[in-house]
Amino acid sequence: MNRIHSLFKNKQERVLSIYFTAGFPKLEDTLSIMEAIQAGGADIIEIGVPYSDPIADGPTIQDSNQIALENGMSLKKLFQQLEGFRSKIELPVVLMGYLNPIIQYGMEAFCKKCQEVGIDGLILPDLPMQQYLDEFKSVFEQYGLVNTFLISPQTSEKRILEIDQNTDGFIYMVSSHSITGAKSGISEEQISYFKRVQEMGLKNPRLIGFGISDAETFSTASKYSHGAIIGSAFIKTVKDSKNLNQDIQAYLQSVLN
Amino acid sequence: MIRVDEKGFYGKFGGAYIPEMLHPNIEELRDNYEAIVASEDFQKEFQMLLKDFVGRPTPLYFGSRLSEKYGAKIYLKREDLCHTGAHKVNNTIGQIILAKKLGKKRIIAETGAGQHGVATATVCALMGMDCTVYMGELDIQRQRPNVERMKILGAKVVPATSGSKTLKDATNEAMRQWINNPVDTHYIIGSVVGPHPYPEMVARFQSVISEEIKWQLKEKEGRENPDAVIACVGGGSNAAGAFYHYYNTPEVRLIAAEAAGLGVSSGKSAATTALGTPGILHGSKTLLMQTEDGQVVEPHSISAGLDYPGIGPVHAHLFDIGRGEFVAVEDEDAMKAGIELSRLEGIIPAIETAHALHALNMIEFRKDDVIVINLSGRGDKDLDTYIKWGNY
Repeated sequence: MNRIHSLFKNKQERVLSIYFTAGFPKLEDTLSIMEAIQAGGADIIEIGVPYSDPIADGPTIQDSNQIALENGMSLKKLFQQLEGFRSKIELPVVLMGYLNPIIQYGMEAFCKKCQEVGIDGLILPDLPMQQYLDEFKSVFEQYGLVNTFLISPQTSEKRILEIDQNTDGFIYMVSSHSITGAKSGISEEQISYFKRVQEMGLKNPRLIGFGISDAETFSTASKYSHGAIIGSAFIKTVKDSKNLNQDIQAYLQSVLN
Repeated sequence: MIRVDEKGFYGKFGGAYIPEMLHPNIEELRDNYEAIVASEDFQKEFQMLLKDFVGRPTPLYFGSRLSEKYGAKIYLKREDLCHTGAHKVNNTIGQIILAKKLGKKRIIAETGAGQHGVATATVCALMGMDCTVYMGELDIQRQRPNVERMKILGAKVVPATSGSKTLKDATNEAMRQWINNPVDTHYIIGSVVGPHPYPEMVARFQSVISEEIKWQLKEKEGRENPDAVIACVGGGSNAAGAFYHYYNTPEVRLIAAEAAGLGVSSGKSAATTALGTPGILHGSKTLLMQTEDGQVVEPHSISAGLDYPGIGPVHAHLFDIGRGEFVAVEDEDAMKAGIELSRLEGIIPAIETAHALHALNMIEFRKDDVIVINLSGRGDKDLDTYIKWGNY
């Protein structure tokens, strides 16, 4: 069974997914960051594939992408680093990346490689649902990869239902009208959106992302969903870290407690 | 038949590869723009503003001394005489009326050289709309007069500080701000790039150029169709406008001049069809200058308006099926062509436009062929670059 499915079978609340950019802060940090995330008690690891033009990301993740590329990160390099990681990491691992680098690698070759190294799912923010259904769904399924779609406060109910029909992992709820890392705190307006979607009775679990940074925002988001995704705040934690393992675990403790 | 299909593709290129957060905006535009643009109301206002505010129709001018030099009948389509100094305003007029009809209150735009930014700031002033223009930090330094023009017109100019700090990054920033302000804001894209329906919509607003060429040429030459139309291509909005009504008239050659920068193989170039491969940038599949790993390469051109690593999907398609002839013009040759036009015809062209003029040296034509060059913009904004180059 896909690790994402097993996770949500066993755990329906306070699921914590952590995003980091591969190749940041140092090229070879990938594995040690993954191990620290696992040791710190998170439930899903989301590895960002850096891209030169990340249009859905705010300054923190943009900078991490740029530095990762300057460090020499690429999909090829990342797959080399991920060779054999399953001997150490049990958590579900999801790759998040913009479409262009993946298309250049070749979608089928990419999916095949993902399966080989032990990736469970994909989040491709600029792959629209229709394009996914027309071109890529069968390839994803062939290689056992769960595809995750995003929804935002602007997404219509009709489209949320379509998205729910066309995925079987989890739905990534963007918490507000925003790019990543843009806001702090959770407003009444956001909570009414969380509730509205909660009441739709979707078949897929929902994780809330964008603007989640600490214990308070994580707990609030978790009240109205199955859990949350932290990206920018985690990137800030690793950015200036002198001791990745220690700082990551301390940060995750602070969020989870 | 060259036309956009239902899903927004021209052959292999186009589409709408956008984050879900932009889906409602794009859907709203896609579902409404054709009906709005076709409405009598819209057309009345659009035509009135093109005539009385922009100054259309722009002349189709027979350049006798240029013709004599090259041994062809060369006509210049004088988009440089549009209000604000370039063709860009044709599109911003169309989009601002559309935005108003969609009930939008705020406008955002990206700009490279500042021409599209000025054209956007101008129509926002005209309509009393709030206007923010994103511009690469480097371009803000290179194009100071246009930055000040935008400010005088009441727009806010926000520097894009990521990546190469030029047009590509300004476009990224505008898209991010649209994600952040999806409800009351319309994004006026300045070229035939971006997710569907932008490329086709912008081309349609610019198609007034070839519509006029047809009847003007009929008056002057007794024929609607020239032997060739030449235009410069960055993203490709002026070329799309000049080619539009000739796409499906194969006897008219469509010649596109890209910026070769310091030379196509110099590593300092913006010649997208020569160097690009299929990829996805700013929401559409197109030809793109990129590394083997799919990272977008920083382009170079002496003209900020051509300094873009991609090309509109319709042009990628024209290239792909061989309908368009693409030439790559180096910085130095473009500058010389700009001086040549100044001396022969008394017109100082924008440096973007000068690339199209140099194409006359790169293509074969028969004596007495009728050639139309789209003179997309005037050179006032480029005086600094001409002065620095100094070779006149």
